[in-house]
Amino acid sequence: MKPYVAVDHVDVIFDTKNGPFQALANVSASIAKGEFVSIIGHSGCGKSTVLNLIAGLLDPTTGCVLLEDREIKGPGPERAVVFQNHSLLPWLTVFGNVYLAVERVFGVNETKPALAERTDKAIEMVGLSHARDKRPNEISGGMKQRVGIARALAMEPKVLLMDEPFGALDALTRAHLQDELMRITGDLGSTVLMVTHDVDEAVLLSDRIIMMTNGPAATVGEILDVKLPRPRNRLVLAEDARYVHLRGEVLRFLYEKHMHPAVSVARVACNGTRYSPGTPATPQDSAALHPAQ
Amino acid sequence: MNTEVVSINSMALPAGNSAGVNQLRQPVASRAAAHEANSPKIDTGSAKPNSGQRAGKLLNGAFSTVMPPVLGLLLLVVVWAFVAQTTEYLPSPAKTWLSALEIFGDPFYDRGLNDKGIGWQLWASLKRVFEGFGLAALIGIPLGFMVGRFDALQRMMNPVISLLRPVSPLAWLPIGLAVFKAADPSAIFVIFITSIWPMVINTSLGVASVPQDYLNVARVLKLSEWKVFTKILLPASLPYVVTGIKLALGIAWLVIVAAEMLTGGVGIGFWIWDEWNNLNMAHIIVAIFVVGTVGLILEQSMAWVANRFDYRKN
Ligand SMILES: Nc1ncnc2c1ncn2[C@@H]1O[C@H](COP(=O)(O)OP(=O)(O)OP(=O)(O)O)[C@@H](O)[C@H]1O
Ligand SMILES: [Mg+2]
Repeated sequence: MKPYVAVDHVDVIFDTKNGPFQALANVSASIAKGEFVSIIGHSGCGKSTVLNLIAGLLDPTTGCVLLEDREIKGPGPERAVVFQNHSLLPWLTVFGNVYLAVERVFGVNETKPALAERTDKAIEMVGLSHARDKRPNEISGGMKQRVGIARALAMEPKVLLMDEPFGALDALTRAHLQDELMRITGDLGSTVLMVTHDVDEAVLLSDRIIMMTNGPAATVGEILDVKLPRPRNRLVLAEDARYVHLRGEVLRFLYEKHMHPAVSVARVACNGTRYSPGTPATPQDSAALHPAQ
Repeated sequence: MNTEVVSINSMALPAGNSAGVNQLRQPVASRAAAHEANSPKIDTGSAKPNSGQRAGKLLNGAFSTVMPPVLGLLLLVVVWAFVAQTTEYLPSPAKTWLSALEIFGDPFYDRGLNDKGIGWQLWASLKRVFEGFGLAALIGIPLGFMVGRFDALQRMMNPVISLLRPVSPLAWLPIGLAVFKAADPSAIFVIFITSIWPMVINTSLGVASVPQDYLNVARVLKLSEWKVFTKILLPASLPYVVTGIKLALGIAWLVIVAAEMLTGGVGIGFWIWDEWNNLNMAHIIVAIFVVGTVGLILEQSMAWVANRFDYRKN
């Protein structure tokens, strides 16, 4: 598989008030053309940092990031981003938000009516034609996320980068949007990198799952191939032994090999063994449950 | 009133007494607004039991909205009447009222340079305010955008602004007189130099506090600097800009009276000074009310504009 996007031996070190903070250490990963890849890991491990590297919003401290064998220097519309918090401009309507992106990408070659048509098509694709002229504060959280996705898709990007696109949504809306996203990216053959911390979402949507170890100095722990046939149906898959197995693999990685300190406290409490009320979990407590680290 | 904007108000206010003016006014305005927002709820809640009670409550509501301000003004008049009794130079409210009727009976008479109606005096002052303030806006707002957008410029301008901003407005008058060698441009210059800072500061604050998320959108789209300005910086910081304009206008109106007292000519400030020389205290008190009312109208209309341009409110 020839890599379309490549992250090559990247370190990221942030300068903070308390001195340098190494967020990523020796991260290497690749995405093939038309592939749907997820990054999963505990909160704060550096998922957004990886995504921002590819978006060009952040430069690696060492190593390099490539798109089609060319080094990525700065952001650009061929790598559209769906931001963690949708980032719609509140003074523009749904149409205006999408149009701003469409105009930037296709404005040089196309007439205004053609641009408007593209915009409307993208809005229709995510089922929001009825809300076309509404402002972001007049629509629901799920609708905002859909506008963010429509804006990114309308740009016909080489790579679609999504940072927890469904993070703040309820389970039903989430499932609905996941299905829509699967359909749309499947139809368009998009190359997608999605950050998530939802195990089911990762398995359901991805061709491959990059599992990251905990920070600081996080790196790629394991990469899981998801060879489930497409189109995928969540109800059918829920019973599928391969799906259940893959899901178990991701869970095992997250909750056994790279348990988050906060999660480990909860686990100890549940088991009722090493936990006595009123005693805060000591670092040793969680260390005991971290054989891999 | 948005809390953010209020906090900017107090941050960016240069003159101590204008802070007092603002703080006195805003609670009244917001209380009225809060009441408006509440009354429909009271309405529906008591609609069923009986309509007499409902009408009573409505009346009660109107009463409690109108009463406190009226009481406050009444108190002012009572105190004034009381003080007027103790000194022979301060005219009583009644006498002042008659004087006001006389003044407003013919506000636009014109009997030569030194004897014009109050309408002309006001007009002259407002004209100066708008000239000085307009010029300040023309320069201050673009400057504020640049200062907020470019870090280097911010570092360059910060000491200049911090140094010049606290200078008492009238200290600029001699400079104006020396440079322009005429009274009128000097007064306009004083208005200009005192009203420019709130606009520069608030505009740059607005630009600097545009959420990084929005700027990231601009970066990913690789928008041109012009598009970034029109589609992101301008709309995002417009509420701040309007707040700056509002503060500047208030200050300009505050300063013009004092400046005109010193420069002379036609204008409400000099008119007050003139009436003092004539020992016509009733006219002075009328003038004070006129200055206050015009200031209130300016502020209220700017508050209305501020609301119109706030994307968070429509
Ligand atoms: N600009 C920055 N300066 C300093 N430290 C940063 C910066 N950005 C991120 N970090 C740190 O790098 C680490 C990784 O952050 P990142 O946002 O990539 O995590 P994440 O995996 O996306 O977390 P979440 O799931 O909560 O979104 C965190 O410890 C964070 O505190
Ligand atoms: Mg993140």
